Amino acid sequence: MKLIIATIKPFKLEEVREALTSAGVTGMMVTEVKGYGAQSGHTEIYRGAEYSVNFVPKVRIEVVVSDDVVEAAMSAIETAAKTGKIGDGKIFVLPVEQAVRVRTGETGNDAI
Amino acid sequence: MKLRTLALTAALVAMPALGFAQDTPEIPVDVPTDVVWIFTTLLFLIAGFLVFFMACGFAMLEAGLVRSKNVTMQLTKNMGLFGFACLMYYLIGYNLMYPLGTWTVEGVLSGIWGVGLVEAVGVGADGVDDYGYASTASDFYFQMMFCAATASIVSGAVAERIKLWPFLIFVIVLTGVIYPLQGSWKWGGGFLDEAGFLDFAGSTVVHSVGGWAALVGVIILGPRIGKYKDGAVVPIMGSNLPLATLGVFILWLGWFGFNGGSQLAMGSIGDIADVSRIFMNTNMAAAAGALAALILTSVLYGKADLTMVLNGALAGLVSITAEPLTPTLAMAILIGAIGGIIVVFGVTLLDKLKIDDVVGAIPVHLFAGIWGTIAVVLTNSDASIGSQLYGIVVYAVVTVVLSGIVWFILKATMGIRVSEEDEIAGLDTTELGMEGYDIAKS
Repeated sequence: MKLIIATIKPFKLEEVREALTSAGVTGMMVTEVKGYGAQSGHTEIYRGAEYSVNFVPKVRIEVVVSDDVVEAAMSAIETAAKTGKIGDGKIFVLPVEQAVRVRTGETGNDAI
Repeated sequence: MKLRTLALTAALVAMPALGFAQDTPEIPVDVPTDVVWIFTTLLFLIAGFLVFFMACGFAMLEAGLVRSKNVTMQLTKNMGLFGFACLMYYLIGYNLMYPLGTWTVEGVLSGIWGVGLVEAVGVGADGVDDYGYASTASDFYFQMMFCAATASIVSGAVAERIKLWPFLIFVIVLTGVIYPLQGSWKWGGGFLDEAGFLDFAGSTVVHSVGGWAALVGVIILGPRIGKYKDGAVVPIMGSNLPLATLGVFILWLGWFGFNGGSQLAMGSIGDIADVSRIFMNTNMAAAAGALAALILTSVLYGKADLTMVLNGALAGLVSITAEPLTPTLAMAILIGAIGGIIVVFGVTLLDKLKIDDVVGAIPVHLFAGIWGTIAVVLTNSDASIGSQLYGIVVYAVVTVVLSGIVWFILKATMGIRVSEEDEIAGLDTTELGMEGYDIAKS
């Protein structure tokens, strides 16, 4: 099992969700976050005064998938989230030691 | 202005005798004096409740442009100032402002002291105060709304750090003394009226007076914590731009009463045509002010700034207020547009001087008010630049001195500013213990 954490542009969420569903991912957690990477921040002007927006709004998606789905899920996110412009986001993959479905007590791949 | 109209309506009163035999064909139909009186009264009532609604406009604009932690305080101040303005105008203001020729000091200080009075219940034509004009209560009501508007101007500028009661005490002096005293110099037939100073609906008498009082208050009060840091301006965002926009549209609506009602007569074709012309000029100036700010901020900053567009519309309105009658529609557009431009640069200028005006009241009401007062000479041949500047300077000096004295006394005695801790926590919880947006917690 792997945990995929992806940060994407907020307007790409629906496309990424559809792509993940097509790739066989059955559930996900989504959080609205702020942060910056290579895109860093930008400046805005309010009533004539410039200020910098250091943290850019992003959506963070977390999915736990079985090992055989990892590649498909990653490429689904990559394809759907890509605009080719700076700030498209990142995908991280981490190992998951165990999973439990609370309702039934199932564990491992059966629980995801 | 009132005196001029009295003379005009006096001529109307004399007309029936002339026109009855149809020997004056240029006046084909006489309007009975009763009808003139009734229609002018109606004008004051309609225009008066439109100006009343401007209080709502100011409250919404200010509530939208302060941070959410200060919203309840801003609304409380708006309710309080309106109440005190009405009370003070009743107690001394109305008679101080309209001496009707009875002066303690000729042209400077009214000779009528005490509360304003209205006509008796069920009064007849023979019992009214001024048969050639309108009901006293309608005039009183209309003028009272103007007085309240002056106080509203101050509250937005000093927002987010002033204590409630010192502010309200300032309002008491402003609406009871500073505004009506100076109002008498022009609209009460005082020395500025004699000097040929023209201000139709109050670019100077109302807006600049409020603006000067606000400017002095803001300087004495100091900027909000965190507004100016290391030589840079730190923007402090408004909490609710839909409310601010609603407020500006309400003010725009109210302004038709503010300027239209200042015709002070609606009993003839000429008068109602003038009121209509004033409505159109007022509207075009506001539209032009908004557009000027919209285009200018887009060009200067790359993106349009709604808060500046809102200020721009108001600046257009203030600019046309000194003379909403004589300009052509094209001139009204020009006058309003320049007001919108003034406001965009005015906001930046104040920030450069570290003068923290939360809602832009000073650029809108003072800077555009001065422009509007000067602009009278462009379209009204009765105006002279000398007397316009004379009026502007007199109102500037007297308002700055009087309001400065009051602000300083308040600062020295009870203090005008909340503590640093309270300001950061927000005035809603610290001064009032009541929050504007409590939905998430309940």
